[in-house]
Amino acid sequence: MKKLTPLIEWGTLLFCTGMVCFFLVVILWDLISKGAPSLSWEFVTSLPSEGMTKGGILPAIIGTVLLTMITALVSVPFGISCAIYLNEYAKDTWLTRLIRASIRNLAGVPSIIYGLFGLALFVQGLQMGTSLISAGLTLGLLSLPYVIITTEEALRRIPASTREAALAIGATQFESIRDVVLPSALPGILTGVVLTLSRAAGETAPILFTGVAFYINNPTGFLNQEFMSLPYHLYMLSTQHQAIEEVRPLAYGTALVLIIVVFLLNLTAFYVRYKHSKDE
Amino acid sequence: MKLAAREKIDDAVKLLFRTTGLLVIAILGGIFFMLIWNSVAFFLKIKPLDFITGTQWNPSGSNAEYGILPLLVSTCLVTLGAMTIAIPLGIGTAAFLSEYAGKRLKSILKPVIEMLAAVPSVAIGFLGIVILGPGIAELTGQSNGLNALNGAILLAVMALPTIITVTEDALHGVPQSYREASYGVGANKWQTLIRVTIPAAAPGILAAVMLGVGRAIGETMTVLMATGNASAFPKGFFHSVRTITATIAIEMGEVPYQTTHYYALFAIAAVLFLITLAVNLIGEYFVNKFRKYQAA
Repeated sequence: MKKLTPLIEWGTLLFCTGMVCFFLVVILWDLISKGAPSLSWEFVTSLPSEGMTKGGILPAIIGTVLLTMITALVSVPFGISCAIYLNEYAKDTWLTRLIRASIRNLAGVPSIIYGLFGLALFVQGLQMGTSLISAGLTLGLLSLPYVIITTEEALRRIPASTREAALAIGATQFESIRDVVLPSALPGILTGVVLTLSRAAGETAPILFTGVAFYINNPTGFLNQEFMSLPYHLYMLSTQHQAIEEVRPLAYGTALVLIIVVFLLNLTAFYVRYKHSKDE
Repeated sequence: MKLAAREKIDDAVKLLFRTTGLLVIAILGGIFFMLIWNSVAFFLKIKPLDFITGTQWNPSGSNAEYGILPLLVSTCLVTLGAMTIAIPLGIGTAAFLSEYAGKRLKSILKPVIEMLAAVPSVAIGFLGIVILGPGIAELTGQSNGLNALNGAILLAVMALPTIITVTEDALHGVPQSYREASYGVGANKWQTLIRVTIPAAAPGILAAVMLGVGRAIGETMTVLMATGNASAFPKGFFHSVRTITATIAIEMGEVPYQTTHYYALFAIAAVLFLITLAVNLIGEYFVNKFRKYQAA
């Protein structure tokens, strides 16, 4: 019995860890084994046809790419600028503390509430309608706190001596930030930005009422038009289609493409982080 | 460039950076204002007491009823189920990572957890429909397995990476000397973990749990796809439920703007916002407590 107890104790922890790995294996195995047969060059390069029961998902891929680009255009400059202010300029005042508290709270706001905010502000308030730009701005706001938090972390790792060296040879504070601090923090910022965008690319709830559509026959999409996206396409195919069993292979294919896009973005981020840690 | 010009640019850029900082407050304020404004419009038509104590959510009938209770109970039920699964599993995994796993094993397990965190919620919801649903249906003999249990399991999977990462940080933050003191008086590794390390990391672990709860309560797509969305008052884990988030997602797309129903959805969103705010504030309290305690 005495010999058995440590085994049980250790086994409990191993079981927990095993379960977590098991979840990931099930997710990947199911999506890959059942999604791979639907995957083909035609699937990712052609339009849906015959009431979504055949054809590909090209417009959804284009929509997701465009949407993620707009998200980046909104959240990256805004977020980096705010992080620079907090880390390089702000003193510890009540205002700074309020900004930080706001950022932490924004990061905890449920994504569906961002959807409502986008609907009230961009779609209705600013009269942009349900469109690519409304959805992109909404997702940009959702991503903003994460961009700020990760950028600030990257800036904090740059030693004060680096800044002082730049200031000592006569650079203004902005020049020191632009030419010295930002370039050295770039890998860290890039990692955070790409991880944030990979999350944004998979988000569905914030775009539900701000511009996503089930079918658009013009895949090029303009800013003021509705668009298709991969996560929404998967949602519709798996719950709202009139022939759910018939389109299941297409749903699996869409899920696999979505997860490949997200994992590729993640791998990019990990590669940047890994390469940077080697350089140091 | 002349120094004066460079300094002018410096000042202008500083102002720009500062403005973006202030805009962040404006965004949170804007979200808050939007929820309050539309909720007030709702409460001008429906009595707040009817909203809070009403047991029927039936906004589209001729005799529209806006009771939040069934939605609130659904949200709590699914979150409770998710935490019952995710807390033990999460703490166990974090303890294994922090106290037992070697460097090589860690370098395999960490990416596993990061990958799990990266899976989009809509993909997890999809698997709830195609794998978990049929599985639960077979076990219980129901026609489909889209119920609270299904949603709870999926939410547990989604909350696990957060709980594991934060708990592991907390365990890692417990000074080595605590463990050595415990070994010194003859405790083994397991006793040290249960009686010393985990209690010492308790505030950090509570913060992890709160972050997990916040994530589970606010999650939309997974519960929307996996819980069946019956609007009747929830009866238990083996019945279909409809959470606050799912209700907003389903109904906002169909409701005409500026109607009572439209405002009602903002009112339940305001309740959701307040709950997640409270959960996050409690989590932050524990994080600060843990930091102070570590510094001491």
